[in-house]
Amino acid sequence: MNQPLQPPASAYFITEEKEPSETRTLAVLVDNEPGVLARVIGLFSGRGYNIESLTVSETEHEKHLSRITIVTSGAPHIFGQIKSQLERIVPVHRVVDLTLTARAHGQDGAIERELAIVKVAGKGEQRLEALRLADAFKAEVVDATTEHFIFQITGRVSKIDQFIAIVAPLGLVEICRTGVAALTRGKDGM
Amino acid sequence: MTDSQRQMTGAEMVVQALKDHGVEHLFGYPGGAVLPIYDALFQQEDVRHILVRHEQGAGHAAEGYARSTGKPGVMLVTSGPGATNAVTPLQDALMDSIPLVCITGQVPTTLIGSDAFQECDTVGITRPCTKHNWLVKSVADLPRILHEAFYVATSGRPGPVVVDIPKDVQFATGTYTPPAPTDAHKTYQPKRSPEIERIRAAIELMAAAKRPILYTGGGVINSGPQASQLLRELVSLTGFPITSTLMGLGAYPASGDNWLGMLGMHGTYEANMAMHDCDLMVCIGARFDDRITGRLDAFSPGSRKIHIDIDPSSINKTVHVDLPIIGDVGAVLADIVGAWRQMAGDAKPARLADWWRQIALWRGRNCLNYKPNADVIMPQYAVQRLYELTRDRETYITTEVGQHQMWAAQFYGFEEPNRWMTSGGLGTMGYGLPAALGVQIAHPDALVVDIAGDASVLMTMQEMSAAVQHDAPIKIFILNNQYMGMVRQWQQLLHGNRLSNSYTEALPDFVKLAEAYGCVGLRCQKPGDLDDAIQEMIDVRRPVLFDCRVANLANCFPMIPSGKAHNEILLPDEATDEAVATAIDAKGRALV
Repeated sequence: MNQPLQPPASAYFITEEKEPSETRTLAVLVDNEPGVLARVIGLFSGRGYNIESLTVSETEHEKHLSRITIVTSGAPHIFGQIKSQLERIVPVHRVVDLTLTARAHGQDGAIERELAIVKVAGKGEQRLEALRLADAFKAEVVDATTEHFIFQITGRVSKIDQFIAIVAPLGLVEICRTGVAALTRGKDGM
Repeated sequence: MTDSQRQMTGAEMVVQALKDHGVEHLFGYPGGAVLPIYDALFQQEDVRHILVRHEQGAGHAAEGYARSTGKPGVMLVTSGPGATNAVTPLQDALMDSIPLVCITGQVPTTLIGSDAFQECDTVGITRPCTKHNWLVKSVADLPRILHEAFYVATSGRPGPVVVDIPKDVQFATGTYTPPAPTDAHKTYQPKRSPEIERIRAAIELMAAAKRPILYTGGGVINSGPQASQLLRELVSLTGFPITSTLMGLGAYPASGDNWLGMLGMHGTYEANMAMHDCDLMVCIGARFDDRITGRLDAFSPGSRKIHIDIDPSSINKTVHVDLPIIGDVGAVLADIVGAWRQMAGDAKPARLADWWRQIALWRGRNCLNYKPNADVIMPQYAVQRLYELTRDRETYITTEVGQHQMWAAQFYGFEEPNRWMTSGGLGTMGYGLPAALGVQIAHPDALVVDIAGDASVLMTMQEMSAAVQHDAPIKIFILNNQYMGMVRQWQQLLHGNRLSNSYTEALPDFVKLAEAYGCVGLRCQKPGDLDDAIQEMIDVRRPVLFDCRVANLANCFPMIPSGKAHNEILLPDEATDEAVATAIDAKGRALV
């Protein structure tokens, strides 16, 4: 158990979080109605949970369902609480901890992919080097002039992080990332 | 209802939906953005509107109404400041799980987002302090949303909801659909019945326990009178000792043999010691609040824990439990009582004899003892006399927040559920007076007493005017010590007796104030005069402000000091000035 902090005086039992932090990916199926994203995000900020990545889009148009994928981090005991709190939100249909589901099936984690578009400006050898790197990372050129490229890269978060780190000195202008999209492996749905 | 009858304006739909959900009273305050609804209310007589003096009062009155009847409380306020003033009661209802339907007016849909007069983002502001809320953008959605609002407020763990209705939607005409009783909500379906394996596992633990305790809370009250009945049955079958949170008082009678008194920061010695030393804790409709557990790493270290709750998010939130049972308290208790009867018969187990002997020793400490005084009214004595003189009537007690609230909980004996209305989770000073108004509207012939403090009561004093208007003879019994007593007590304990801003230098003359409102003002300063004065307060059929002058520096014990465990509770006979000063070491100051 955590030791209490020293004063300043407070009306509450204050403890320092000492458990090691871990990362989980949650899939949240919600009614696609106004304010539903605010409810989910408000829950995270209001209760002090972390959001590392957030991806939202309508996935079943006829049923007005959206799928929210949240990568969150914290002490292991908090994830059950996050799931229960999410399930309390009225327009939430289902919440699945994809990381936990994968572990239960003996896998490392869920299938998690991200897309980034990356703008690199430069001339001469620098520009060629950026193109070679893009090729090595299987990034696609989606826009170009003689002074810039825009690359589209998909894959694991770590791969995108690595690509961005490598092209950074070659005239990196800006980046846009989608956040993580995730599904469990195997034939079954969430 | 014919098709042509079902054609109505949005404002008429609101009133029709209230009728269809059995609402007889609502509490509110008019304003520009709700005038169409007030017009519709004016043209009917089934739903009675209680005009308050401030929207916060409407909310607490609706809470008191709900808590004392088991029905949802309903409030109606205008846009902008009307809605923001409703925020405190909404959060209060959220934390204490009170079903509350709040209807707010909004500026017309065409003006939303334009910073119009009396506009605010009501659904944005109330999102974190409601179970759910809706902005109704079309009259076609209004009937469905109104029915859904009542469903969400009253199902599962009850709580507040807000329906925000723009003025043009109130004027628009549409087709009203009555509530369909079989309508299953597409996403919100709380689990009511427990799993039978869990019941079996609970019975096994309970049958084997040598030092068990039942720790019950507001969930028992929320589950309905049947749940309280089953709880009493369970206690008499098992012979287990029982304690309760502040919110759960009355579910088990205070006169019952197995009653240990309230637990927690200002709970009894026997209740807290039994919680600390038990080998099995059965938590029924309570949520391990920080005022209950004290220091978490020293909370009941040797016990297995069963937790019965309808809200899965309450499980393992702060305290790890061994056996969670998700379900409605009434349904779970019915299963447990049934299974216990099958298994053990009615015999009270002799294996609890040692445990009860230990409890008798703890009880012998007489932890609620205080020094009587012949010249000055002790606040504990005032509550005791109030209890003795009102116990044989149909009496409902509300409170504000502070020392008086704890003394009320300690010294007033509650025999029935729904008789005790107090702000537990949020700790809202100013709750008790409007709550008493709401209780009195629901129970016009009952005696309704707000045990108040001189500081709290001034926060919503204006509702005395509402009480006079609606002929609600509420009794405001003020334990007047001229201090914010609980603030001062903590300053004495934590802040070197530096009484920063906790002395109210310029209190009003409560007797004259009562007269100004058209109420009855009474004052009592001597213990010898107290009974007669209380009797006079009871007998007069009008609202009363009772200025009970009590010992100014009395403090509230027992108290679990900051940073201490249940078994380190500070008792009144030990609470000398020196003990108080040294009760909390530097490390403990962070905790309270």
